[in-house]
Amino acid sequence: MSDRVSGKVAIVTGAASGIGRMSAIRLAQEGANLAITDLNVIDGQSAVQEIVDAGGEAIFVEHDVTNEDRWKAVIAAVLERFGRLDVIVNCAGISISHSVEDTPLDEWNQIMSVNADSVFLGTKYAIEAMKRNDPVGGSIINISSAYGIIGEALNAAYCASKGAVMNFTKSAALHCGKSGYNIRVNSVHPGVVRTPMTEVEINELVELKGYDSVEEALEKEWAPTHPIGRIGDPIDVANGIVYLASDESSFMTGAELVIDGGMVAQ
Amino acid sequence: MSGRVAGKVAIVTGAASGIGRASAMMLAREGAKVVVTDLAEPTGQATVDAITAEGGEAVFLHQDVTDEKRWKEIVSETLNRFGRLDILHNNAGVQKSKTVEEATLADWHFHMRANALGMFLGTREAIGAMKKNGAAGGSIINTVSTYGIVGEEFNAPYCASKGAARNFTKAAALHCGKAGYNIRVNAVHPGAVVTPLAEQELFDTLVLTGSDDADALWDDWRDEHPIGRLGQPDDIAYGVLYLASDEASFVTGADLVIDGGYLAQ
Repeated sequence: MSDRVSGKVAIVTGAASGIGRMSAIRLAQEGANLAITDLNVIDGQSAVQEIVDAGGEAIFVEHDVTNEDRWKAVIAAVLERFGRLDVIVNCAGISISHSVEDTPLDEWNQIMSVNADSVFLGTKYAIEAMKRNDPVGGSIINISSAYGIIGEALNAAYCASKGAVMNFTKSAALHCGKSGYNIRVNSVHPGVVRTPMTEVEINELVELKGYDSVEEALEKEWAPTHPIGRIGDPIDVANGIVYLASDESSFMTGAELVIDGGMVAQ
Repeated sequence: MSGRVAGKVAIVTGAASGIGRASAMMLAREGAKVVVTDLAEPTGQATVDAITAEGGEAVFLHQDVTDEKRWKEIVSETLNRFGRLDILHNNAGVQKSKTVEEATLADWHFHMRANALGMFLGTREAIGAMKKNGAAGGSIINTVSTYGIVGEEFNAPYCASKGAARNFTKAAALHCGKAGYNIRVNAVHPGAVVTPLAEQELFDTLVLTGSDDADALWDDWRDEHPIGRLGQPDDIAYGVLYLASDEASFVTGADLVIDGGYLAQ
C-alpha cells in the first residue's frame, strides 16, 4: 500500500473486469476509496471483495452507464458513503467489430451510447460533484483507445465512438480550466489489451482463421501491430490512470495519454 | 532504497537548472542513481549536492551534448561508476526566440544542434549501453515541447528543432521495439514552465515586441494555458518519473503532453 492518491474518492465504471477492475485495484492500493460500478453485479462485487481483502475500502453500485437517472443515483450513493468525489475513470465500454459497410444502424447507436454517451454523462455529473469540493477540484479520466486517434477498417463504429471521447475530453477540459475549477479532464488511449472484452475478439479470430490457440492468434495477428512486440496487460493502463488521478499530473489537462506499445507512432 | 525507480541508473542532461534539475532530484528521490550533466558547472554540482543532501546518490559530469566524443565518455563513465544505464533523460536544450525573418543560419544551427542533434547522439549512445541490460531494457525520455507539435511565430528555429526531436523520438521507439530491445523512447511536451530558459524567452520576446512589461507578458502566457497557471518543473518531473519507471512498460513512441490544456484548444 502506497499513498499516491490517499484520501481521494474514485468512481471506476466498468470495473468488474479488465482495465476497469485493475484500475480500481491500483487506485485502492495507492490509498483511494473506491466505488466500483458495472452492469455485472457478481464480478463487480468480487472486485470490491478483492479490494477489501487487501485492506482497502470499496463499494459496488450497479450501473447502466447509458442511463442518465442511474448516473445521478450513482453519484448520490458515492457522496452519501464517502462524502466527496475526486476521481472518475470512465472505463465502461463495448467493442463490436464491423466495417462501415457491415455496421447496422442499431449497432452504431449501441456503441455510441455505451462508449460515448456514457463518457458525456459521467463527465457532466462528476463535474457537478467535484465543484462541491473545497477547494474545487478533481481528475476525470476517459478511456478512449488507440482507435480514437487512428482508424481501423473493421471497427467503424468503435473508432467513431472513441474519437468522440477524445475530442469531447478536450472540450470538457477547456471548459473546466477556463471556469477556474481545477478539474482536469484527460483521455487514455490503450492499444490492444488482453481483457475479457478483447478475449471475445481473439476467440473470433481463432475460429475465423483456424489458429490452434489464442496464443498463436495473438502472436500472429496482434503482436506485430504493436512495435514493442506484445499486446498490453490491464496493469499497463492502470498505472497510467494512477498517474492521471494523482496530483502528480496537476498541470495536465485536455491531453492524450497513449499506452499502446508504439502502435500510433507508426 | 525503495522507490519507483529503485536500483536504476539515470543520466539527466541539462540538469543544472529548471526541468532537468527537478527531474534529476525526482529520480534520485525515487531510488535512482543519477548522473547529472550540464555545461554549467557550479549549478550542476549544486544539483548533485541537493540530491546528496536528501540522501540520494549522484555525480556531476560536464557535458556539451553536441559533442559526439563527450557522449561516449559520459556513457562509459556512467557504466564505470554505476555498472549500468537504465534511464536517459535528454533534457538539455536552448531557446532564442526569433521569427523566420530574423533568424540567421547560425541561430538555426544553434537550435538544431543543441535540441535535435544532442538528442540523437544521446539516444544512440544510450541504446548501445541499454542493450547490455538484456530483457531489462531501458527508458529514454526526450524533453520536447508543445512547440514541437504546434508552431509559434517568435520561435522559428526552436519549433523546427523540437519538431525534429518529436518525430525522431518515434523513429527511435519503433526501431527499438522492432529490434526486440525493450528500450522505450518517449517524448514529454511541457507547456510554458517557470524555468531560467522561460525567463530568457520572456526577455527575448519583450525585445522582439518592443515591450518592457514583463508582468503583463507572464500574465498573457498564463492565460494561454486553460488551467490558469504556468507549469512548475516538478509538473514535468513527475511525468518523466512515470515514463522512466516500469509502470510505463507498454508506453513507447508516445507524446506525454503536460501543458495545462494549451494544445487542446
